[in-house]
Amino acid sequence: MEYESVIGLEIHVQLKTKSKMWCGCANEYGAPPNTNVCPVCMGMPGVLPVANEEAMRLTALAGYLLNCEVPKFAKFDRKNYFYPDAPKNYQITQYDKPSTRNGYVEFEFEGGLQRVGITRAHLEEDLGKNFHFDRESGVDFNRAGVPLLEIVTEPDIRNPDMAHAFLNALKDIMIYGGVSDFDMEKGMARCDVNISVRPVGQESFNARREIKNMNSFSGVRRALNYEIPEQTRRTKAGETIQQGTVRWNDDLGVTENMRSKEDAHDYRYFPEPDLMPFEPTDEWLEEVRSRVVELPLARKRRFMSDYELPEGDADVFVQNVPLGDFFEAAVEGVKNRKAVANWVINNLRAKLVEAGLEIGDCQIQPAAVAELVGLVDDKRITSKNAQEAFGIMFETGRMPAAIADEKGWKPADAGEMETFCDAAIEANPGPADDFRNGKDAALNRILGHVMKLSQGSADPGQVRALLAKKLRG
Amino acid sequence: MPPLLLGLFLTFDILTMLNQLTISELTTKLRAGEASSREATQACLDRIAAVDDKVNAFISYDGEDALAQADAADAALKEGADGASKPLLGVPIAVKDVLAVKGQPLSCGSKILGDFISPYDATVIRQLKEAGAVVFGRLNMDEFAMGSSTENSAFGVTKTPWDLDRVAGGSSGGSGAAVAADEVIATLGTDTGGSIRQPASFCGCVGIKPTYGRISRYGLVAFASSLDQIGPMTKDVRDAATLLEILCGHDKLDSTSIPEPSPSLSANLNGDIKGMRIGLPKEYFIEGLDPQVKASVEAAVKQLVELGAEIVEISLPHTDYAIATYYIVANAEASANLARFDGVRYGARVQPAHDDPNPVFNLYARTRGQGFGAEVKRRVIMGTYVLSSGYYDAYYLRAQKVRTLIRQDFLKAFEQVDAIVSPTSPVLPFKVGEKADDPLQMYLADIFTISCNLAGICGVSLPCGFSGNPKLPIGLQLLGKPLGEETILRIAHAYEQATDWRSQKPQI
Repeated sequence: MEYESVIGLEIHVQLKTKSKMWCGCANEYGAPPNTNVCPVCMGMPGVLPVANEEAMRLTALAGYLLNCEVPKFAKFDRKNYFYPDAPKNYQITQYDKPSTRNGYVEFEFEGGLQRVGITRAHLEEDLGKNFHFDRESGVDFNRAGVPLLEIVTEPDIRNPDMAHAFLNALKDIMIYGGVSDFDMEKGMARCDVNISVRPVGQESFNARREIKNMNSFSGVRRALNYEIPEQTRRTKAGETIQQGTVRWNDDLGVTENMRSKEDAHDYRYFPEPDLMPFEPTDEWLEEVRSRVVELPLARKRRFMSDYELPEGDADVFVQNVPLGDFFEAAVEGVKNRKAVANWVINNLRAKLVEAGLEIGDCQIQPAAVAELVGLVDDKRITSKNAQEAFGIMFETGRMPAAIADEKGWKPADAGEMETFCDAAIEANPGPADDFRNGKDAALNRILGHVMKLSQGSADPGQVRALLAKKLRG
Repeated sequence: MPPLLLGLFLTFDILTMLNQLTISELTTKLRAGEASSREATQACLDRIAAVDDKVNAFISYDGEDALAQADAADAALKEGADGASKPLLGVPIAVKDVLAVKGQPLSCGSKILGDFISPYDATVIRQLKEAGAVVFGRLNMDEFAMGSSTENSAFGVTKTPWDLDRVAGGSSGGSGAAVAADEVIATLGTDTGGSIRQPASFCGCVGIKPTYGRISRYGLVAFASSLDQIGPMTKDVRDAATLLEILCGHDKLDSTSIPEPSPSLSANLNGDIKGMRIGLPKEYFIEGLDPQVKASVEAAVKQLVELGAEIVEISLPHTDYAIATYYIVANAEASANLARFDGVRYGARVQPAHDDPNPVFNLYARTRGQGFGAEVKRRVIMGTYVLSSGYYDAYYLRAQKVRTLIRQDFLKAFEQVDAIVSPTSPVLPFKVGEKADDPLQMYLADIFTISCNLAGICGVSLPCGFSGNPKLPIGLQLLGKPLGEETILRIAHAYEQATDWRSQKPQI
């Protein structure tokens, strides 16, 4: 019998806010222990939480980016449990009325388009971090109260590679949308996995196990690559998988049972009485919606279809958004879109790297690139001139036509060109003969002569054709 | 008698009296230069030294700090600080041990906070300090405000100054007794189910629980977040109005605070209550109501009629469910609010043995087991139970629904009346130990005050007479609609001015 795996993910993502969720302390990674703390995030007696509005906005924004509903009523609840990293011994979270729900993420996987459902994305507070020393333990509360988005997927994922691809897509969306920096190494994103296996064709789900403690996307893949065959083997052997939580041991490459006691929580959720329900107005939601950016996949597909760019070019403009935006401004009204893409990707990008500049810092205007492409395509200047012109445009911000006028670049007229060609043939009798005798490469020598005579204003292609006609009839 | 000696005598007389003054009387004297804040503060400290061994209103106080604040106030008075920006300049005010004052102990009447010193000021403390008050002292209370007698305090019981064998009420017993015994000019208490009004009644002073959200709770150590309110306890109604004007208003540090400016209250204490409609809930004249309490309240109602008010019988049909509802909602919230007292970050810690196999669990269990008193544990257990999986719907969710019905009872009643009158407590101040072993009896004694918190409305208690032998104070409660403080204070003031109860002082 064939088995398939059913995988759902729970991803915790730190929101990119300046301050924490309930107080003014900095939301900052890497500060010395317990320096970004105050009475509120330490859970001192008598303090109260006040919701960080930017965190509320980023949550709604994440909802829109994940194609979720953003309901007009959400609330916070207390999740009660004792643990030393929890300053209040309850965590403020959203239980039955989350800020966003019912969405999906689309991403490329194995050459096709995949969709994974998002059950909900809700806002909660992060906790502190426990440290264990020789004879004692300590807690760093810098992270306590940092706004955290918990994203829960539907069990739509079918294999470890797909989980990996999904996580990369999610990461791109979060970073692209400005929701989170999503740096797993800095603990800004953490992922738990729910996994069960079932015979192909079975509709219902078997008991699932939750895997915790993966520190990277590849860790998630490794853990699944261990757990799936393990569950399949045990199921085939007639064992019943018990629902429970296991811990991924990345060093040994195995999942380990966690004590069942820790799993038997009754969190006693109830509405957080210190916070009012969150009921955003239409204006508020509209303001958030205006911050929705185009997502990587959509952008890639648009660049490929609207501008008929190859996938490689589109990828560049997805990874480097300002460069892509420049391209879009430059390509407006230009027929030869590929030429614009070439200038932007090959020349502009290189110059920027060379100069160590951001696109906003340099002089060159999109219209100048458009004009340059036009000059070349209309054979008003040669591509060699165009290269020189681009350097000047980059340095000074001037338009290429003006540069060409100043330099005296002009298209060589036909009569002049005939004269140059005749003179060059006469000056190079040897190569002329070689070419007549079928040695094509010999033409380059004569071509070079023409270019010299024309001071670079001749079009090499045209000259080549003219010379060939003169020599071979 | 030579004039100089006569002057000394008069000065001496004034000094002994300063602690007995109201806020308005004292500020008048301070601004006229007839007394200094140092003299007033010293008078309070002397009174505390003289009587607090018996009353036990204060858990602790820092006399030197109080005098230093008084000196600063005197300097400001000399420089001509104006009454508008500093309406409490130089006035000694003490606060319940549940309010955070930077640099002062904060123990909530409990052992579990150990020698915790607050690192910050509650919003109300900031407001008092900005108004120029001399803020000092930690007033006794039932542990974490759970109780009606201060017998649940880890620091001993507070007695009513009227009879030192009897309790001051609770949980703000220290706040009530300190005012009634003239140990301080005014105090702040907190009220979750009657904890300001009932001790005001037992001690013979004025206490008001404002509308939920009127006064910021930032810096009030929560018992039940959706019910707690801070309020003043004072020697007369005008002082309560003065303090409310300073304390009310929106605070961005408390998301549940109402975005309404502070009301103008004292200017409207004009004695005019003609045509006001006052409701008398038929459900409140219950079996078990002490006959002397009943007689005093009935006399007070007559007095209100004489002052021009119209009495209307009203019904609050869900009154019977108030106590059960209250103990579910309050204890559920308390079970979470008190979870932070675990010995990890601050407060007392009972460290398990070095080789304890389950050190984290036992750190919690021992710290909380030894740090909390019996009533707190009882309520945390009840609160945990009603939120537990499988019981939530039957208890917590149902209680929230009943709570809505109780609020609707009041809102409906307030369509007919401007205020509701009742006894504050069905019983007279009881003897220390009399009800301590019967928590249910203790809970039932809160019947008249609890609904007010569940409904989120405002209520004031003020003296309306005394019992016979022994002479014990009786409190009259006036309940007002949401944000209706002005109305109930106006009625309370009119009644107070028409009677003589407040001139009677306990003999300690």
